[in-house]
Amino acid sequence: MESKYYNEDKLLIIKLTEEIDECTVQKIRRKADYEIERNMPRKVIFDFDSVTFMDSAGIGLIIGRYRIANMLGATVEIANINDSIKKVLELSGILKIIKIIETEAKAG
Amino acid sequence: MNKLNNEMKLEFLSKSSNEAFARITVAAFAAQLDPTIEELADIKTAVSEAVTNAIIHGYEEKKGVVKIRGQIIGEELIIEIADNGKGIEDIEMAKQPLYTTKPNLERSGMGFTIMESFMDEVEIESILGIGTKVTMKKKIKSHTEEDEENLQFTPSC
Ligand SMILES: Nc1ncnc2c1ncn2[C@@H]1O[C@H](COP(=O)(O)OP(=O)(O)OP(=O)(O)O)[C@@H](O)[C@H]1O
Ligand SMILES: [Mg+2]
Repeated sequence: MESKYYNEDKLLIIKLTEEIDECTVQKIRRKADYEIERNMPRKVIFDFDSVTFMDSAGIGLIIGRYRIANMLGATVEIANINDSIKKVLELSGILKIIKIIETEAKAG
Repeated sequence: MNKLNNEMKLEFLSKSSNEAFARITVAAFAAQLDPTIEELADIKTAVSEAVTNAIIHGYEEKKGVVKIRGQIIGEELIIEIADNGKGIEDIEMAKQPLYTTKPNLERSGMGFTIMESFMDEVEIESILGIGTKVTMKKKIKSHTEEDEENLQFTPSC
């Protein structure tokens, strides 16, 4: 996981760089929360461009960060997900509350 | 017809660092059926769910062995994932979307729902204190009739 904060837009881009499962999710969670709480962004974008695999651990990850961001007054968006990740997220119903976008690899 | 074409077995310790190993191994086994990328992703995700469940719910903090058996029968992939962990009290309840006994750990309760929608069939057997076995089946339909006949009787390499 890498992240970059754009102060002028109050935008935090969290770029996920690993496969997301029970094994990797704990570290991502810790680092993402630290960045959100440290920067107090108005918007958080999770960039999935280099994520090749995600199971239900990723659903918990996104819902958990959504709750924290929401509490701190920020919105959450998900960028550049592949079809199989989309399928997992669709099943969970969270796409009803979290928007999917495509970005020009700003965090890249 | 329905003759067994191939079989594999895999055993590993209940560490979540083995999840990637497990799903990649099963995907490599399934590759003989010439699945599409989407079918392979479905299989990997379903395996990851069942293996994670064995590790975090079956064995919890304890050390145990997760066993996987894979079979290819005709054009069907059959994967059994078993643990000798604590077992499931109410299987019907466990299968409900959003049902989880560990909400505090940011579990979403979607594991069985994912397995059921990504595979053709999912069967759960569990005995409290003895363990749990999840059997999942998926037909890999991407062959022509002719390919299929070849697959039945000749190895693919
Ligand atoms: N192998 C197992 N041994 C014991 N209990 C299990 C096992 N697999 C599942 N369960 C029980 O069934 C429930 C539902 O499982 P499911 O995978 O659907 O959701 P989850 O694991 O709680 O959350 P998620 O998979 O979304 O992270 C679990 O909370 C657990 O109580
Ligand atoms: Mg689960």
